[in-house]
Amino acid sequence: MASTVTAHDAHEHAHPTGWRRWVLSTNHKDIGTLYLIFALSAGLVGGALSILMRIELQSPGLQLFSNGQLFNVVVTGHGLIMVFFVVMPALIGGFGNWFIPIMIGAPDMAFPRLNNISFWLLVAAFSLLVISMFVPGAPGSLGFGGGWTAYPPLSVSGHPGPSFDFGILALHIAGASSILGAINFITTILNMRAPGMTLHKMPLFAWGMLVTAFLLLISLPVLAGAITMLLTDRNFGTTFFDPAGGGDPVLYQHLFWFFGHPEVYIMILPAFGVISHIVSTFSRKPIFGYLGMAYAMVAIGVVGFIVWAHHMYTVGLSLDTQRYFVFATMVIAVPTGIKVFSWIATMWGGSIRFTAPMVWAIGFIFLFTVGGVTGVVLANAGIDRELHNTYYVIAHFHYVLSLGAVFGIFAAWYYWFPKMFGYVIPDWIGRLHFWMAFIGANVLFFPMHFLGLAGMPRHYVDYPDAFAGWHFVASLGSYIFALSLGVFFYGLWVAYARKERAADNPWGEGATTLEWTLSSPPPFHQFETLPRISGGGH
Amino acid sequence: MGKTFFRLRSLTALIAGVGAMAGQAQAAEGQPSPWQISLQTPVTEVAHAMHDFHNLLLWIIGLIVAFVAALLLIVILRYNEKANPTPSRFSHNSLLEVAWTVVPVLILVVIAVPSFKLLRQQLILPPSDITVKVTAHQWYWTYDYPEDQGGGFGFDSNYIPADQLQAGQPRLLAVDNELVLPVNKTVRVQVTAADVIHAFAMPSFGLKIDAIPGRLNETWFKAEKEGIYYGQCSLICGQNHAFMPIAIRIVSEERYAEWLAEAKTKFAANDNNGRPTMVASRLASR
Repeated sequence: MASTVTAHDAHEHAHPTGWRRWVLSTNHKDIGTLYLIFALSAGLVGGALSILMRIELQSPGLQLFSNGQLFNVVVTGHGLIMVFFVVMPALIGGFGNWFIPIMIGAPDMAFPRLNNISFWLLVAAFSLLVISMFVPGAPGSLGFGGGWTAYPPLSVSGHPGPSFDFGILALHIAGASSILGAINFITTILNMRAPGMTLHKMPLFAWGMLVTAFLLLISLPVLAGAITMLLTDRNFGTTFFDPAGGGDPVLYQHLFWFFGHPEVYIMILPAFGVISHIVSTFSRKPIFGYLGMAYAMVAIGVVGFIVWAHHMYTVGLSLDTQRYFVFATMVIAVPTGIKVFSWIATMWGGSIRFTAPMVWAIGFIFLFTVGGVTGVVLANAGIDRELHNTYYVIAHFHYVLSLGAVFGIFAAWYYWFPKMFGYVIPDWIGRLHFWMAFIGANVLFFPMHFLGLAGMPRHYVDYPDAFAGWHFVASLGSYIFALSLGVFFYGLWVAYARKERAADNPWGEGATTLEWTLSSPPPFHQFETLPRISGGGH
Repeated sequence: MGKTFFRLRSLTALIAGVGAMAGQAQAAEGQPSPWQISLQTPVTEVAHAMHDFHNLLLWIIGLIVAFVAALLLIVILRYNEKANPTPSRFSHNSLLEVAWTVVPVLILVVIAVPSFKLLRQQLILPPSDITVKVTAHQWYWTYDYPEDQGGGFGFDSNYIPADQLQAGQPRLLAVDNELVLPVNKTVRVQVTAADVIHAFAMPSFGLKIDAIPGRLNETWFKAEKEGIYYGQCSLICGQNHAFMPIAIRIVSEERYAEWLAEAKTKFAANDNNGRPTMVASRLASR
């Protein structure tokens, strides 16, 4: 524990170089960087798929795709990539790996080698998923086009080719990667906090990650079981989900959504944590209602496990079942409301600086509210019957995920970039990126509410001509959003071209978490003498 | 002068255009209209109730979003660096925290009452006058009329490709054989599927129910108005998911009786593809 800088330098093996540093990495910061690069690359693939969809839907008729199956393959690829290979790796693997050990005052993750295998399994999973798009799926076409939910029988008898077997294995491996990561985070957060950092003094990003890790640990094995049953139904003659053999296709939906609903909180809870830190930093005020914020996330996590069938109101659930799921789902609005109001109360009375991360965070709060209230609408089975599987649902979950989780990712990027890489992205670039993304995403997704209310169903390659107007507007929005990514990359390029050194704490007195006490970028190994956390903290 | 006049004229034209658009939005019933921003015109009691409920929700969520936006705006204007150079340090206010927990709960109760009422209305099936059976296939619908209600036949309903549409038939909505049913009668719809899961949906009736192989799902409607109403398959079902619309023609009781007789001879040639002839009394055991 008393090792000094010179003693540390003597350990040559701690500083691998070249390919060994990255491929064999056990350093949480290097692995975090790998995750961020991976998520960014996968995001370009997933984003390109969404642009293909918007080009197709820009006007009625078939333009880009020769048939609906190819379109569905692209939709499915977009969904799976964005969920498993962009949002999760960026927030959990990327920022989680980078900042959880630092924020709790730990030298590294609890299981550094496990951390390494978590990352490389994800690369293997992504490769399998990409391969699955190029091998036979449905008769006469390539790829799996059954949606990211992969409901049987469409995912079994509807896709006899091997494509979805690749898809299932991709999800198995991605799931294993996430479970190992979750074990690592739980162990690290519960056992490796610096002396004096009690759970109730822990930064909210660590709280968000802790809840997320538990959600992963509990929900992913259920998904693994469900898709294993799909695999045996497809290949080994079982009939878990085939009524002809006494099975039940709806059983799969229950299993899938028992995973699938916590999954949406898995994607948003780390972003909640990030937003809290940014809001507090740039308001120069401590987080309002810290304990309420922490336990609101715990409540969202717990309730998130008992609301799954609100994705299934039209399968023929009984009256009492629907009543229960309506009630339970609406309960989630309460802790979510606590979070939104506490963020605003943190800003209230503050001295706010509108830096790039702060405008992203304020944008997040507003747009997440919009996505949240349409969630309250959809929670009600009575009206969900009209809106289920229409573009209203697409609008809702993109407001909470694309405009929520992804805005959270960009907020975190501009907040922590100087810390992670030691260079400065000029602030105006982050703000320009925000405004273009804000306008683009709203022009893209807001009209989808209208389309959904008017009855436009999802997963449609072509649509009745009456829907053409809003589809055209939405496509324009997607191009604006895509252009904003150009600004993002320009910022990255400027940072590395100018190499302007970032200060250890570029954000001033409001930034109180431990990462700002280290150099920018932090040393290869930090906290060889553990920091002591004293005083009230929050 | 001339320029101003021109501008005024184009403005008038614009207003007229928007007016025409709104007029059109009202004119089209049973199908979406261009630039529509709201639910389709309801034609059943359940759909009316759903509209009222949605309007209530729209007010509530609109006010919530406006409230949050107003708070954010106040914060941005009053508590920025220039306006408020020294931040206060408060981080607790128990009264406030209790308030923003309790008030949302009360709002949810206000929502829950009509929500649960609507659920009863949708899910407790009233005694029915007519039963039809809907079977979804990749990628068309089959409709069966029970023998003891003047039917005893079934037929397939396929979409009409764009090049075969007649004037007035909407693309991707019009079908060759519509589901014909009488006005002001309670219709029990029994829905299943032959291959993969589909969903039977009729927006203007407030109706959507999954068609699942091995299951017989039930729902009901009572159309108030004669006309033709369109819906679309609402659960991803493969290549031609977008090409299996649903069309229901609601006619007077007399016309329905005539149609039944015509259809019986017209579709008698259908050998029912080996399906047993449907008998409502046997299926509708409830």
